[in-house]
Amino acid sequence: MKYVIGIIQPDRLDEVLKRLTEKEIHLVTVSTVVGRGRQKGIAEVYRSHKESGSLLKKVKLEIAVNDAYVEPTVEAIVGGARTGDIGDGKIFVLDLPECIRIRTGERGGDAIG
Amino acid sequence: MAKRATDTLTLWRVIPFAAVMFAGVATAAADQGAAGAVKPAIDTGDTAWVLMSAALVMLMTPGLAFFYGGLVRRKNMLSVLMQCLMILCLVSLQWVLFGYSLSFGPDKGSVVGGLDWSFLRGVGLEPNADYAATMPHQVFMMFQMMFAVITPALIIGAFAERMKFSAFCVFILLWATLVYDPVAHWVWGVGGFLRKAGALDFAGGTVVHINAGMTALAAAIVLGRRQGYPDEISPPHNLPFAVLGAALLWFGWFGFNAGSALGAGGLAGNAFTVTHVAAAAAGVTWALLDWLKFRKPTTLGMITGMVAGLVAITPASGFVTPMAAIWIGIGAGMFPWLAVTYIKGAFNYDDSLDAFGVHGIGGIWGAIATGIWASKAVNSAGADGLLYGNPIQLWVQTKAVIVTMVYSLAVGVALLKLVDVVMKLRVTEHEERIGLDLTQHREGAYTLIN
Repeated sequence: MKYVIGIIQPDRLDEVLKRLTEKEIHLVTVSTVVGRGRQKGIAEVYRSHKESGSLLKKVKLEIAVNDAYVEPTVEAIVGGARTGDIGDGKIFVLDLPECIRIRTGERGGDAIG
Repeated sequence: MAKRATDTLTLWRVIPFAAVMFAGVATAAADQGAAGAVKPAIDTGDTAWVLMSAALVMLMTPGLAFFYGGLVRRKNMLSVLMQCLMILCLVSLQWVLFGYSLSFGPDKGSVVGGLDWSFLRGVGLEPNADYAATMPHQVFMMFQMMFAVITPALIIGAFAERMKFSAFCVFILLWATLVYDPVAHWVWGVGGFLRKAGALDFAGGTVVHINAGMTALAAAIVLGRRQGYPDEISPPHNLPFAVLGAALLWFGWFGFNAGSALGAGGLAGNAFTVTHVAAAAAGVTWALLDWLKFRKPTTLGMITGMVAGLVAITPASGFVTPMAAIWIGIGAGMFPWLAVTYIKGAFNYDDSLDAFGVHGIGGIWGAIATGIWASKAVNSAGADGLLYGNPIQLWVQTKAVIVTMVYSLAVGVALLKLVDVVMKLRVTEHEERIGLDLTQHREGAYTLIN
């Protein structure tokens, strides 16, 4: 099991979600976050509006998947979020040792989907 | 004692104006005789009430900004506020430069006012007996200005979240000049053909609401749907703001309708009462319909109903009784509800914030309802409606509705197409996704931290 974290431009969220749905990846947690990358908070003119210092608004996606779904998930995020401009974001893939569905008590791969 | 003091004050104001009238309009005074000479006296009560009403109506435009602003997505909040504020500034200037003259200036062929009063020439501190005989002409002009301001602002509801700001500014100026001003002249201007036909529109059902509502429909169709409409559009980003806006609209509407009596008397009192009653009846009706159809009464439904009730009572407010206002309010809860719930879905146009559904449909219902419930017992200067033995009035009202609908839809479409050809109406897809706040104004309404 892997834990995929994607940090993307807010305006790409709809497209990424659409592509995830196409690949039958429905479970996702989304949050609005602020942060900065190598560009130190300046991407394009309309995004240069600075909030809390030089931190820029981004959207964070968190998706827990079984191993077979890691590549489709990454493809969906990259495909939906890439514009070629600085500030498109990052994807982190982490090992996920355990997963528990609270309602049933199921564990592991069964609990993810 | 206070009363005596007021009387003395009034007298002091009357004398100089009477003198001006004698000097300036000697021939007219001679025709009218002694009684005519004292007629154009300024009444302090009337003047105070209409000044106050103008301020109340002014507050409706920022109120509308919050009503609409709360209903859009957070990335477009500022764009709606900016559009409302820009209209407030732009149309106010247009009005004093030439808009007022086009609307109320000396009649040209029953369709438009002449430019004789442009730059407020001749619009001074003496009363104009044709429009408001007991207050300075300038006070009447200011009161009407606030109507000219809020009317185009209502249309924003149809094109919110996707119109380019520069195109918006050009369109609004063209619309105010070529649609609002002539229609105001038809209905309210001396010599206007709908006024001569006897159409009743106390405070702007046709001029303001049908007019804005039909152009709103034009805008929804010409601009097209927002990306992701209808399934992927997020719900209103801040309903408390929308509630605040609706409350300010209701408050300001007392000036809109009761101020249209152009005097502080019984007629203003009647308009005040029926305005309140109709809004209440429509709010309850909409909430009940939501309850029956969707199992829960919603806040959004309640405030939409309230506004629809205010819209519908507008043309009727100087002609109907409080009990009639209940029926008009119930109709205002029903017909716009049907339009928003069924018609919009069936035709799949994206009237983003239901400017057509509420103001168009509500305005049409109000104008027709005026022909049903109007009574000379309420206003001897008005007319009797269907229920008081005068079915002809219903036809007169219907005619005024149809003429306004056709004109503002047709000219609305033409102006939008024109602006589109010259400078493109819509923002790019990319800008629409990011939101109008950042792309049109380089600002965000909310920060995430701090």
